[in-house]
Amino acid sequence: MPENTPISSTSSNHRIEHFVADIEQTPLQATDSLNEQAAPLSLWAEAWKNLRRQPLFIISALLILLTLTVAFFPGLFTQTVPTQCDLINSNAGPDGGHPLGFTLQGCDVYARLIHGTQASLAVGVFSTLGVLIIGGTIGAIAGYYGGWLDAVLARLADIFFALPLILGAIVINSLPAVREHRSVWTVVATLVVLGWPQIARITRGAVIEVRNADFVVAAKSLGVSRVKALITHVIPNSLSPVIVIATVSLGVFIVAEATLSFLGIGLPGTVMSWGNDIAAAQTSLRNNPSTLLWPAVALSITVLSFIMLGDAVRDALDPKARKR
Amino acid sequence: MLRFIFRRVLQVIPVFFGSTLIVYYLVFSMSGSPIDALSGGKPISPAVVAQLTAQYHLDQPFFIQYGIFIKNLFTFNLGTSFSGRPIAAIIGQAFPVTARLAIMALAIEAIFGVTAGVFAGLRKGKLFDGTVLIASLVVIAIPTFVLGFVLQFVVGVKLGWAKPTVGSAADWADLTLPAVVLGLVSFAYVLRLTRTSILENMNADYVRTATAKGLSRRRVVMVHILRNSLIPVVTFLGADLGGLMGGAIVTEGIFNVPGVGNTLYRAVLAGEGPMVVSIVSILVLVFVLANLLVDLLYAWLDPRIRYA
Amino acid sequence: MRFSRISKALGVATVVALAMTACSGGSTGTTNTSADTTKVITAFGGEPQNPLLPANTNEVYGGRVMDLIFSGLLSYDASGKTVNEMADSIDSTDSQNYTIKIKSGEKFSDGSPITAKNFVDAWNFGALSTNAQLNSYFFESIEGYKDVSAMAADGKTAAPTAQTMSGLKVVDDTTFTVKLAQAESDWKLRLGYTAFFPLTEAAIADPKAAGEKPTGNGPYTLKTWNHNAELDLVPNPNYTGPRKPKNAGVTFKVYTTADAAYQDLLADNLDVLDGIPASSIKSFQKDLGDRSIVKAYAGNATLTIPSYLPAFQGEAGQLRRQAISKSIDRNLIIDKIFNNTKKVAKDFTSPVIEGYSDSVSGADVLTYDASAAKKLWDQANAITPWDNSTFTIAYNVDGAGNKEYVDAATNQIKNALGIQAEGKPYATFKELRNDVNKKQLTGASRAGWQADYPSLYNFLGPLYGTGAGSNDGNYSNPAFDAKLKEGLNAKSTDEGNKIFNEAQQILFKDLPVIPLWYQAQTGGWSNNVTGVDFGWNGVPLYYNISGK
Repeated sequence: MPENTPISSTSSNHRIEHFVADIEQTPLQATDSLNEQAAPLSLWAEAWKNLRRQPLFIISALLILLTLTVAFFPGLFTQTVPTQCDLINSNAGPDGGHPLGFTLQGCDVYARLIHGTQASLAVGVFSTLGVLIIGGTIGAIAGYYGGWLDAVLARLADIFFALPLILGAIVINSLPAVREHRSVWTVVATLVVLGWPQIARITRGAVIEVRNADFVVAAKSLGVSRVKALITHVIPNSLSPVIVIATVSLGVFIVAEATLSFLGIGLPGTVMSWGNDIAAAQTSLRNNPSTLLWPAVALSITVLSFIMLGDAVRDALDPKARKR
Repeated sequence: MLRFIFRRVLQVIPVFFGSTLIVYYLVFSMSGSPIDALSGGKPISPAVVAQLTAQYHLDQPFFIQYGIFIKNLFTFNLGTSFSGRPIAAIIGQAFPVTARLAIMALAIEAIFGVTAGVFAGLRKGKLFDGTVLIASLVVIAIPTFVLGFVLQFVVGVKLGWAKPTVGSAADWADLTLPAVVLGLVSFAYVLRLTRTSILENMNADYVRTATAKGLSRRRVVMVHILRNSLIPVVTFLGADLGGLMGGAIVTEGIFNVPGVGNTLYRAVLAGEGPMVVSIVSILVLVFVLANLLVDLLYAWLDPRIRYA
Repeated sequence: MRFSRISKALGVATVVALAMTACSGGSTGTTNTSADTTKVITAFGGEPQNPLLPANTNEVYGGRVMDLIFSGLLSYDASGKTVNEMADSIDSTDSQNYTIKIKSGEKFSDGSPITAKNFVDAWNFGALSTNAQLNSYFFESIEGYKDVSAMAADGKTAAPTAQTMSGLKVVDDTTFTVKLAQAESDWKLRLGYTAFFPLTEAAIADPKAAGEKPTGNGPYTLKTWNHNAELDLVPNPNYTGPRKPKNAGVTFKVYTTADAAYQDLLADNLDVLDGIPASSIKSFQKDLGDRSIVKAYAGNATLTIPSYLPAFQGEAGQLRRQAISKSIDRNLIIDKIFNNTKKVAKDFTSPVIEGYSDSVSGADVLTYDASAAKKLWDQANAITPWDNSTFTIAYNVDGAGNKEYVDAATNQIKNALGIQAEGKPYATFKELRNDVNKKQLTGASRAGWQADYPSLYNFLGPLYGTGAGSNDGNYSNPAFDAKLKEGLNAKSTDEGNKIFNEAQQILFKDLPVIPLWYQAQTGGWSNNVTGVDFGWNGVPLYYNISGK
């Protein structure tokens, strides 16, 4: 019965019942409707709204809060005076009131860990902020505008990149102004001056990648100014590699402080830091590895919390990856 | 494209003068005379001090010293170090070793970092992702001098799988262990960068298009996602090369690699301006060339990027 | 000389200054009947800092090579006693005029004969300032040194008024005479030092080539010098002296850290290591068992407290120095930091040196007593109050291994005296020297001395004599200077030593430096060699080592 055969491939004999809902019953309207009174959420507000619901963010924020509490109120966590060291306890194991044992110099490992948090965190956070501000700005401008500006800025970064860390650090620290006033800030300054080109290069690369993206071209053709396009469209979309480098660098800076202290150009010996303790533990590596272990664990937890924070921020900023 | 390359090569000239000037000035302004390092705190006759000072132009003002260095450079004479050896010979011996080491470390961090990063990104939040996160924390939080020492002790001494230190030949096999140690910290960077980049691109329109076209997952990942995710990774690797070439002081020390890092470090400690500047000049060339290569790779990885 | 000088990488290495490999007549090394004398020994070394010329080698890595490829008029045996090598006799009746006879028939490794002229020319070459030899000051006792090291009127340029020293005269092929500017009873003892080795005529004509490929007269010759990697030494067939090689050569492997060398030693990849790194000082005896050694050598460690610091002047300063000395528990530091590889100091010299006494009067100031220290400190404060500043001990970090004990000492000072005390690290040795030389130290500084030649005077004169070359603390006491002079003019070494020990009593009262401990060399060897022992200066007696 060819004349009865439907064109569709569905089998010929039974028909499918199509239910068509009334327009009032569909959610389409709600979907299409737009509350024109509500203020549009900016990218950042949108991200924040998204961020505060993420478990990753909550965990990392709690960890960072804990670290900050330890840094600002070490007295809450230990009563032992960390600078009261007696060589007689050299490398001794844990005992009452000294849960993690003693260093080579007979100092309490736990107390030093607690009291070292502030300097270590300060070095990590402020160095990272410093390279982000300097390197990020220079890299973004170089990548976005290209041309001679890129040539000048990128080559400037090359020059600074070529300065060996050790040479730069030794010289900066032998300046009389620095040598007699060594502190967290001189270490931060050293690390920022010698560390910004890396972030600059990463930012520049990310910006070069994004500046030709469709949405940037669209924004520009809609009349958005170049500067505004850079700030509102290009930078937010180039952030993720920058965040990754920054969060990893935070840990690397804390360890770099160890190297500088080890070379005698870092923090003065009286300032306690995880880096100082890690460097000092080198000679006890085979006899008492726990003096190395604990500062390294503290460092790991800090880095972990910042890496998780970075991941959460990145997810929140990426509309496509957003969880619904 | 050729014009772009030509312009970039020309830019080497100001970079060269800029960096040598700064580095020479830094060495110049370091406190303590190189002769103090040479005499080692022993008494030294004032007449000998005067003779050495004149011989190495140490009494000249900064710009004269720098001028002498540049003049010598253009007559292909880097001068001699305080040890009496030609600087060119010292550098000629150290650079190939370090170049081998850096290339190997770069290859290790690139291959393992990218692979692990891809899998971590594709399986975000799964066991593998968590494992590599912990692994990268370990390499970040434990300084190289510890990691290197432990690897050397276990692999070199206890297991006897490799010589604990690098011999005078410093061939590829000898350099494997140090290259692993050297690549470890950067491995963490490469891994995290790749992972994030993969996550970023996984939901991109072109990936959906590719999947919709019916391409195999393997092809989508390898060709579409990965290629577009590599820009930050390549940028990082390009920038890292320089660090590996000149900054491997700790690793070179642990494994006794006769490379650039240690030569540079010793020259810095001794305050040997011409030696430090000669090494840094070559490092600058390496940087500029690596960065040029990276910029050319951008265009290849992302066709939207064009250089006029 | 200071023993803190070598530029080291981050690693940790025991750093010793130039040490002279001693000649050992009868070695104390174990003799193994089945010893294999055909083995080439691999030994720990470093890249020599300067060209290999005797008067230009002033650091340990070049020094250990020079001592094997050259042979001086005399050498020192394992206990530091002098043994004639090239010298037949060295005679003097007045300690000022010396007649030196050398053995006839001796040859350099290239076959050319060794004559008195080779010595005189080499010394003149080393002393002449325009040759810029770092050891030139070693010739300063010789008459005419002033002329070859004269300065121009501007005080900035070297302008020698003579090319040779008037005090040196060749008499015949095997005899020469030396006239000193003034009498010095221990001058003869110095003649085993590197600076006094002979040179061939060719070397003086072309020192640059000779510095790269030296022709010597020692038990070995330098076959190849693969810079920054290896120095290969093979036995010298022309050598007839007492240090006869019991192996087929010594290869010095160049290391930048002793840590790396130690790992090689554990893997039998290196035969001999002197200077166990700090990271293994607690475990090396367990790791190596009977293949390890700890041996005292002629060196000590001290703290210099400069006399130009206002708080350390006068009677208060004297009390403060005593207080600091008594607040340091040397035994505990030696136990915990050095794993008992050192011995507590009892004087300003070293027990390895002939004439040493462990009971110089006044030495009790070195005994740890925290409460007595506090009392002394309070007494000083009653005279002039302490300004509550931090007491610092300066040290350089590039010659590693200093931080640990400086930190320990400052902790003890802090605990005992109730003041702030901390280590003050300098990134480079030359930065520290800059402050020391310009008298800009703001606190104490770590110091140490390793003898150039085995003599009590060498531990006293160059360090504490008024205006002496290594008197970093600007110490000056006419009574002490007079004692030194009296000792130098003494008829015999024994009598001189007695006077030098009297001089030390003055030092104990003034404490220009605070003696800490005597140095000892730690070391180990591989499963492949036997017969390892260290000389008076802590350097292995390489020629005595053989395979097994």
